[in-house]
Order: sequence, then structure tokens, then C-alpha cells
Amino acid sequence: MMTNPTGRLTQGQFSFLPDLTDAEINLQIEYGLRRGYAWSIEYTDDPHPRNTFWEMYGMPMFDLRDAAGVMLELRNCRKTFPHHYIRLVAFDSTRGIESITMSFIVNRPPSEPGFGLQRQEGPGRTLRYTLTPYATARPEGERY
Amino acid sequence: MSSAAIHAEATDITANARKRYTAGVLKYRQMGYWQPDYVPSETDTICLFRITPQEGVDPVEAAAAVAGESSTATWTVVWTDRLTACDSYRAKAYKVEPVPGTPGQYFAWVAYDIILFEEGSIANMTASLIGNVFSFKPLKAARLEDIRIPVAYVKTFKGPPTGLIAERERLDKYGRPLLGATTKPKLGLSGRNYGRVIYEGLKGGLDFMKDDENINSQPFMHWRDRFLYVMDGVNKASAATGEVKGSYLNVTGATMEDIYERAEFAKELGSVVIMLDLVIGWSAIQSMANWARKHDMVVHMHRAGHGTYTRQKNHGVSFRVMAKWLRLAGVDHLHAGTAVGKLEGDPLTVQGYYNCCRDSYTRQDLPRGLFFDQDWADTRKVMPVASGGIHAGQMHQLVDLFGDDVILQFGGGTIGHPAGIQAGAVANRVALECIVKARNEGKDIKRDGPAILQKAAQTCTPLQQALETWKDVSFNYASTDTSDYATTPSVA
Repeated sequence: MMTNPTGRLTQGQFSFLPDLTDAEINLQIEYGLRRGYAWSIEYTDDPHPRNTFWEMYGMPMFDLRDAAGVMLELRNCRKTFPHHYIRLVAFDSTRGIESITMSFIVNRPPSEPGFGLQRQEGPGRTLRYTLTPYATARPEGERY
Repeated sequence: MSSAAIHAEATDITANARKRYTAGVLKYRQMGYWQPDYVPSETDTICLFRITPQEGVDPVEAAAAVAGESSTATWTVVWTDRLTACDSYRAKAYKVEPVPGTPGQYFAWVAYDIILFEEGSIANMTASLIGNVFSFKPLKAARLEDIRIPVAYVKTFKGPPTGLIAERERLDKYGRPLLGATTKPKLGLSGRNYGRVIYEGLKGGLDFMKDDENINSQPFMHWRDRFLYVMDGVNKASAATGEVKGSYLNVTGATMEDIYERAEFAKELGSVVIMLDLVIGWSAIQSMANWARKHDMVVHMHRAGHGTYTRQKNHGVSFRVMAKWLRLAGVDHLHAGTAVGKLEGDPLTVQGYYNCCRDSYTRQDLPRGLFFDQDWADTRKVMPVASGGIHAGQMHQLVDLFGDDVILQFGGGTIGHPAGIQAGAVANRVALECIVKARNEGKDIKRDGPAILQKAAQTCTPLQQALETWKDVSFNYASTDTSDYATTPSVA
């Protein structure tokens, strides 16, 4: 159990709120589609804050303009990876942005043990910090 | 004298080299600094000055004097002008208009050839544009209201070392404003006590903590001590939340050597961000922008001191001009006002500053104080920072005014929470997330914001306490720096 006030991983736009229902997720997808974003689904069992590249569940859905289609993919992903972290990611390809514009977690493992922090003493009272997810001691796919 | 007569007289003299260069004192408008037919070229810099001529000084002559004193002129005719292609070097005042509703003040448009400014040097540009001219006696007051910087000159600057897009990618935070807090009290905390505040705020849910502008290396806390304890707080909070966290380490010091030494140490400790105070000056800012580009560092700029020249409407430099110069000079975060907090700034004017930070192309927008179109030519974008006297109960107003690309900094509004710093951070993060969620769902957050916050507070005691504690706090004073083209409502 993580010790921050939410007791869980707080990455993404809405981690401090109660889990979004599918109807609420649908509204966020529609908002992104109205703004011309492309949705994609990513999953991982390594939630290290600098693990940038979660696995892609298929390609970004550049041509999919229907929220129901995104929800269908999400349900498939949840079925395949019920104990992984899954996030919905919106991409804006406008010149000068060309980056992610929304990202929020829509599936979590049943328990979130969090991260250990190792300190290595260096000269002049400096410390070198290493942050290790407790779950990644086990191999990929067997972590949660 | 009628304006036609003034024009005829000026043209007669400037067109005649013998008359123009006869030793003695000429009026500025007769020396070529007033050219009402001039059409600025694509590569000219254009400045809009607000001028208040002394009694009896003709506004056209005053505008010409501004053009003269901010470019080549001296008070008398010099024959050595004739050794140069002097028409290029003369700035040209080409339009003067009375300021609407403000007797005695005039707007003067002045164009500057691109040869006048050293490439990539804000120090050089400012030495001309806000140099001697601002002490010129025939003017009671002058203010540089806005500037159009040509693409050709924009491209000589590298701009923000990181920019708000790459910063979000590094931090892995998208689709919402970032949250910060300034460590309080500003002065007197030891390094150990200071690090405690950092840890609590970040663990509670903030993305950033911040040094204050006047925290450098005083007797109560040596800078190295602060950096070491702060980074322990940052890393512990990162482990407790699984998020990338940061704390702006203020590396401002007495000399460039001090600044470099502190920045190097921040880098060594793995900080993602350093902080500079505006008072270090243009050349120091550009040097540190180079350093930051080399070391993948985000630069947080605190605009300490700007109020001495940006606030009064009749004299100084508008903050929109400062924002443009700072974007070119190379900063990633810039304090640009809150509109609803304790510090100066009416909402539309502040939005104008934000546009200068974040636009790809800024459009003329007189109610927001923007007099020119400005093409940013793909210059990276600056993340504006709203800081000073704001609290969770204003979250809907802040998100409505500023959108997602902003850092909202609640210092007192986090640390002053009755249940502690973590609770204060939770209140702010929950308030932010519920407002962003509601906005995306299509709700009218401006109107229904208070109800949305109250609803979220039903399942979040810290937010309930925050709303209760600060429910009556607002700083509803009239702003001094407002647009001349619209009546601007206060939202506080």
C-alpha cells in the first residue's frame, strides 16, 4: 500500500478522484475527439515514473472518431490485462504541439505496493537516489 | 502649426542635405525621425510607446524625439552622420494618436531597421529601446506598451531551453494545469525544516515546490544545505506517489560564478529544474539559458522587480513586452499574473501576457493590450505561472481564465491549510482534477464551479476545510494597468 494520501499511484489527470465510471470515461474520450485528438491505449506492469514507454495496445486510433470504438478497445485491453495499469492517451498532431494532451489511468492492479527508495552516499553529503517499484522484482507479466 | 504644415516643413529639410546638416539644433521631426508616410517593412521592429509630452511640446515632435533618442540622435546636428547610410539607422516615428480617454497622452508608433540590433541580444535591443529615451526631458513620461519583433530577428534567438511541450513530456503530466507552492515562511527556515515543507507538499499531490525569490544563501540557510534537503524531499515524494516531482532551486547569486556553481550542483543532485530571478539581468539570463539547454534543465523565471517598471501605466515597460523578451532570451516558466489573486493585473490584460508566452502566432487584440500580430516562428512556448494569493476555491476561475498550460501556485493556500501541508496539497489537487474533469464533460465551470467544488468536497475533507477556511478571501481592488480599449471586469 502506498503511503501518499490516495494510497495509490497518482500519475495521470484524475488519480485523486474516485475511479471514473465507463460513462465518465466515455465523456472524456468525446471531449478529446471534439478537439481532434487521436486516442490510444497503453498498459504496463512497471509503473516507474520514468518508465515512459508503456506497451501500446494496438496503434493510436488516428482515424477513429467514435468514442464507442475506443471503449470497445479499452474493454478488450482490460480483459487481456486485468491486473495491469492501463491508461488512455490523447495525441494532438497540431504543429507546435505534436505531443500528448490528455492521459489518465483507467485500470489498476488490485494492490499497489509502490516504490522503494535507495540512497547511496556520495562525497559532500550528496546522495544518489534509486527508485525501484516493489513489483518489478518479479518478471514481466507476473507482477500483480 | 497644422499637421500638414509640420509635415511639409520636415520633408523640406530632410530632403535637402545642405539644410539638414548645417551645424546647430534642429527639431527631431526635421532630422528624419518623423516619417508619416513610412510603411514598416517585414524585417523592422515596431514599438508602440505611450508618451506624455511636457506642456507645450508638440506630440509629433515628441514622437520624433523618442525615435531619435532610441536610435541615432544626439541633441545637435553632427556632420559625421554623413559618413553612414544614416537613413537606415534612424528609427522612424510614423504614427501618433491620442490615447483614448486620457488627455495629454499619445500613442506613438516607431519602426527600427533590423541592422540596429545585435543578433540574439536582448541586452542590446533594450539598451536602445528603453535606454536614454526614458530619461529624456521633453517627455514627462514614456512607456513601451508593445513591440512587434520581426521573424528575421526572432530567429536569431534560441528561446526557451525546454519549452512547455517537452517539459510536460519530461514530467509525464498532461491535460491539466501543473500545481505548485512556494515554501513559506520565505525567510528563516533551516535546510532541514525547509526540506520538510517540500516533502509534505509534493507527497500531498503537488507537482512542484518552489524557492522564493529572495532565498539565495543567507545566514539561516546555506544554499548547499537547502539543495541537499530539498532533493531528499523531492525523491522521497516521488517514491511515495510514483510521479516525477520537482522543486525550483533558486540559483540566483551575487556573481555569474556563484550562479554557475549553484546550477551545477542542482544538476549533480538530479534536479529537473532551476530558478532564476529577473533581477540578475538580461545577459545573465541568456547565459543561463545556454547552460540549461546544454544540461536539459527547465528554467523557472521569477519576475522579481518587474513591478517597479511595469505597473504604472504612464511610465515604464509593459509586462507584455517583458514576456516577449523573456521568451526570446530563453526561460521555460514565467510568473505572469493570476488576475484573481493578491497581485496586480486585470483578467484580460493578464490573458494578453499568457498569449505572448504560449501562442504560436499572437494576434492583435486591443482589449487584451496586444497592439500587434506577432509571429513566433516556432519558438518554443513558455509555461506561464499564476502565483500569489490564490486558493482552491478559485480553481474554476483559474482554469476558465488560463486553460491547461499554466502552473497554478498555491503557497499560503497549501501551507496554511488547517490540517497541514499534505492536506493543503490534496485540496488543491482534488479541486483541480474535478474542475478539469467537469470542463471536459461539457459543464459550465465558470457558472457552476462552486457547486462542482462543493460536490467533490463531500468525499474529500481537506477540500472541504480549504473551501471553508478561505471562502471569503478575495483581493478585489481595481488594477492600475488596464486596456485603453475596453472596460475590463474584475473576477475576484
